[in-house]
Amino acid sequence: MGDLWAGLSEAFRLLVTLDSDLVEITLRSLQVTLSALVIGSAIALPLAAFLAVRRFRWRRSVIAVLNALMGLPPVVVGLVVYILLSRSGPFGVLGLLFTPTAMIIAQVIIIVPLIASIAHQSLRDLWSEYHDLLISMNVTQGQKMRTLLWDARRALLTASLAGFGRAIGEVGAIMIVGGNIEHATRVLTTAIALETGKGDFALALGLGIVLIGLAITVNLAIHWLTKTEQEGRW
Amino acid sequence: MSLFPLSVRGAQTSRRGKVLVGPLDLDLRGAGVTIVMGPNGSGKTTLLRLLHGAARLTAGQITWACDEAQARREQAFVFQRPVMLRRSVLENLMYPLQLRGVAKPQARTQAEDWATRVGLDGMLGRHATHLSGGEQQKLALARAMITQPELLFLDEPTAALDGRATREIEAVLRAARASGMQLIMSTHDLGQARRLADEVIFLLHGAVQEHTPAREFFDAPKSIQARAFLRGDIVE
Repeated sequence: MGDLWAGLSEAFRLLVTLDSDLVEITLRSLQVTLSALVIGSAIALPLAAFLAVRRFRWRRSVIAVLNALMGLPPVVVGLVVYILLSRSGPFGVLGLLFTPTAMIIAQVIIIVPLIASIAHQSLRDLWSEYHDLLISMNVTQGQKMRTLLWDARRALLTASLAGFGRAIGEVGAIMIVGGNIEHATRVLTTAIALETGKGDFALALGLGIVLIGLAITVNLAIHWLTKTEQEGRW
Repeated sequence: MSLFPLSVRGAQTSRRGKVLVGPLDLDLRGAGVTIVMGPNGSGKTTLLRLLHGAARLTAGQITWACDEAQARREQAFVFQRPVMLRRSVLENLMYPLQLRGVAKPQARTQAEDWATRVGLDGMLGRHATHLSGGEQQKLALARAMITQPELLFLDEPTAALDGRATREIEAVLRAARASGMQLIMSTHDLGQARRLADEVIFLLHGAVQEHTPAREFFDAPKSIQARAFLRGDIVE
């Protein structure tokens, strides 16, 4: 109980004093996660729309694999990305290991299956509703996908937010590929892991509270900006 | 170039080995309003979908007077249960125009004009799924007609509507007919068929029993089944 209070007061202190380290790692957390979210959504949402409207031979298998990959262990993703980006790996020449870019790559791999699977559920339902109409209007595959993505945009926002939730709280993969280097790749989750390892539970808990606050604030801000809950809208 | 005459030769559609409709032979010359009638399960909807290209032809051929791409562009379909895009009334009406590359301001002007024609002018900002059944069907009709297709398919468009909505939709259909649009429409409603039909296709078990001018069909049907259908008997 004492640790909890100490954590709360530490979080309060960090926020009130606008601790420079806290601001830095918070901004880096946001930068890495939002970049991964934008890139992941740009890949996952069209993929989900494609899987909803297009019939091809291995479609069911692809969907099954995508659903299975939702549970992809981040540590394994981190390890694979590490091997690929390490100096002896195929992309070692790019020099991306232990940079925020490597962390973004790992997070994109983790969240794409999650966003695509959730989005596919919504788009599949909408496609069954729209199928006859769009077929009768003789629309192209691209137009079908754009129509579904636009009309299901609020459901897709939920899918993207699920991806954001997974990415902002992720530690295993980014610890491996980012290295938790101070002033370079340290983010809130890796800082929490570090402080816990050092036994500074109050600071770790303080950072945890900041992380929770950040996740909730971003979710609320996106809902507010897109007016998801406004009456008469989807 | 006109879509008509439309020639259907040995057309058939099957699903899992079961023939749903056909083999059919038909010649349609664009008579105005062609009403497709027949008891439940006779294949009315499937025939409409087949002609429209929404159902797969498993045998035979359907030949339009123009090439197939133009034929598809010159048709629209109104379903028994209207499908509403999850958008406003205005956006639903603008959608087919935007698919064809019509600029937004022109699309908006046309959409407002069509909303007025079908009596939805006060509802442009409302979400389509919040409209009543009759309003949704009027919207579906206006959305289908906004691109001025030469041919409009209607699958029992008033089946679930009350008398007032039915009358309003029939008025829109008459206006469309007067403007030169060809209509192929299925209906269960004998009264509606009498009011609107220029010619009648009577289907039974997926085959054409009669294809005659409306007056001839209603005054002197040739087949026993058509006579029984018009009397209101159960036709099997």
